Amino acid sequence: MYRYDEFDHRLVTERVEQFRGQVARRLSGELSEDEFKPLRLMNGVYLQLHAYMLRIAVPYGTLSSRQLRKLADIARKYDKGYGHFTTRQNLQLNWPALQDIPALLEELASVEMHCIQTSGNCIRNVTSDHYAGAAAGEVEDPRIVSEIIRQWSTFHPEFSFLPRKFKIAVSGTEHDRAAIKVHDIGIQILKNAAGEIGYEIWVGGGLGRTPMIGKKIGDFIRREDLLAYLEATLRVYNMQGRRDNLYKSRIKILVHEIGAGEMKKLVEEEFAEVKARGALQLPDIEVERIKAYFAAPAFETLPDATPELDAAIARDPKFADWVKASVTAHKQPGYAIVNISLKPIGKPPGDATSDQMDVVADVAEKYAFSEIRVAHEQNLCLANVRKKDLYEVWKALDAAELATPNVGLITDQIACPGLDYCNLANARSISIAERISERFADLKLQHDIGRLHINTSGCINACGHHHVGHIGILGVDKKGVEYYQVTLGGAADETAAVGDIVGPAFTEGEIVDAVDTIVKTYLGIRKEGEIFLDTYRRVGVEPFKEKLYAAH
Amino acid sequence: MAQHTRKGAQFQAVTANRLTDGVVVYLTADNTWSESLQDAEVAEGKEAGDALLARGQHFFEPGNLVLDVYLFEVEKTDKGIRASSVRETIRQAGPTIRRDLGKQAELEGVHE
Repeated sequence: MYRYDEFDHRLVTERVEQFRGQVARRLSGELSEDEFKPLRLMNGVYLQLHAYMLRIAVPYGTLSSRQLRKLADIARKYDKGYGHFTTRQNLQLNWPALQDIPALLEELASVEMHCIQTSGNCIRNVTSDHYAGAAAGEVEDPRIVSEIIRQWSTFHPEFSFLPRKFKIAVSGTEHDRAAIKVHDIGIQILKNAAGEIGYEIWVGGGLGRTPMIGKKIGDFIRREDLLAYLEATLRVYNMQGRRDNLYKSRIKILVHEIGAGEMKKLVEEEFAEVKARGALQLPDIEVERIKAYFAAPAFETLPDATPELDAAIARDPKFADWVKASVTAHKQPGYAIVNISLKPIGKPPGDATSDQMDVVADVAEKYAFSEIRVAHEQNLCLANVRKKDLYEVWKALDAAELATPNVGLITDQIACPGLDYCNLANARSISIAERISERFADLKLQHDIGRLHINTSGCINACGHHHVGHIGILGVDKKGVEYYQVTLGGAADETAAVGDIVGPAFTEGEIVDAVDTIVKTYLGIRKEGEIFLDTYRRVGVEPFKEKLYAAH
Repeated sequence: MAQHTRKGAQFQAVTANRLTDGVVVYLTADNTWSESLQDAEVAEGKEAGDALLARGQHFFEPGNLVLDVYLFEVEKTDKGIRASSVRETIRQAGPTIRRDLGKQAELEGVHE
């Protein structure tokens, strides 16, 4: 894992002290709320329905056991003993008091964590693949370039007041687990015929009010040129992005309006200028320095066949169910990737209690090189576990209600905090996800349905990624009453697609039945081997529409 | 953000979040802020509503005790004052999915 150098330490410590002064001046009245609001947002402090909310950055979703224990401790000490993992791999605390936040930030800094770049119109916390370093077929660990971008973008003076927020995601494998095509910039790491590493650049993707799939503007940006190319892209956006209309201010609107071809031309012109000035070449020695932090852990040489695992699977059907859903192949023989579901049946997706965080930290320390990942699907992940330890890992997780065997299945849903917490929300999303989870709780049914992603957002801002759910649910407000609009056929992977609206919205009372109808329709018409998305892509929206609105 | 009140609302109260900890509070008849909606002063009609809001705003600036001060629609029922919208009901009580948290966990009768 990356460890802070003296500059990182100083930067974070100084920021805590600066914010401590700002909070004191706000509380004394020396700073007005108008003056203070942009300052608190730069430190991840929002005001929600019931309290302040603090968004803690988890850069590219990687945490150490020590850091996760500190998060558990902070949630216990300054909050109500739990936190919410988000679709941007961050952690949100729902109840901190403003007056406590400077002390909380000081504790975070003690484990090399902070809340910088979790709000405001800057380059936000970079997200990446939670299988980084462990996935078969990976060109390079995407956290190397993610960390380089983090260092380059933190407090970048030119890009601290962009027209709007800016999100970057990086994938190191062909199979995209980081949703790069729905980010402002998506980076796909590639290797050319000569064996050199370079980057494919996708720009102008995004969800929210106007969902767009990113367009490819860079085919193979050489490693040493990456920051110069990003600088060029950001500069074009900073100059030409709209500042007159909040709803048209994201780079996706610029790319849509001028076209991908024109965007590519403008970026290349700017890129040529940046290069001509000789600035921002990424030196190999610096890349190597960062790369060393993400070197593979000290794997043992093991056979991939693990008889004790096979025996445990044969002996214990509950364990077998968990292995089937949660464990994925690792590139290192004898090792596995373990996904930890934060989606117990009927509970809020993405929530973890302090006690659960402690358990995960302990398990990671004992069995996974003290490293934990946060997945954008709001689950956790232990990327490097010996296959022969899986049974012990499962027992420890199961005892803490962290072994629901549903990863990738219909009850493994994404949901934003929605109207239960969020100031922007129009409708509840967690309660809908909970009820859907209860409806499909039967594991046999879940396996029969197969991989199916249901994503729910409580408003048009789409923090719950509803547009790219196989089934997407968007909460809307109609004269103070919650309604839910359904989209079908969205996808967030390398086949990224925005879902199609199926028809008029459903009431809170109708929505779970509507999902049930969609699933039953799919089960009735699917062909051998198809998952929901395959069937949808084959038949389109009509069969679902007919069933859903037959009685209307 | 959803509308908190509506033009023809008969009864309205004033709410805000407390500066120090963000907790939801309601303006009372004796110009204090209570955590319970049942203590709120209820204004009838537009003029009384506007006057109540103006009194509340005073505690934002220059008072510096609260922020996000606004009027919202309420109903007077046999069981006390109720918020009309789902949003304000959730603010009044706490998250519907965690009944152990928020005012519903601490304030007796918050759902009344």
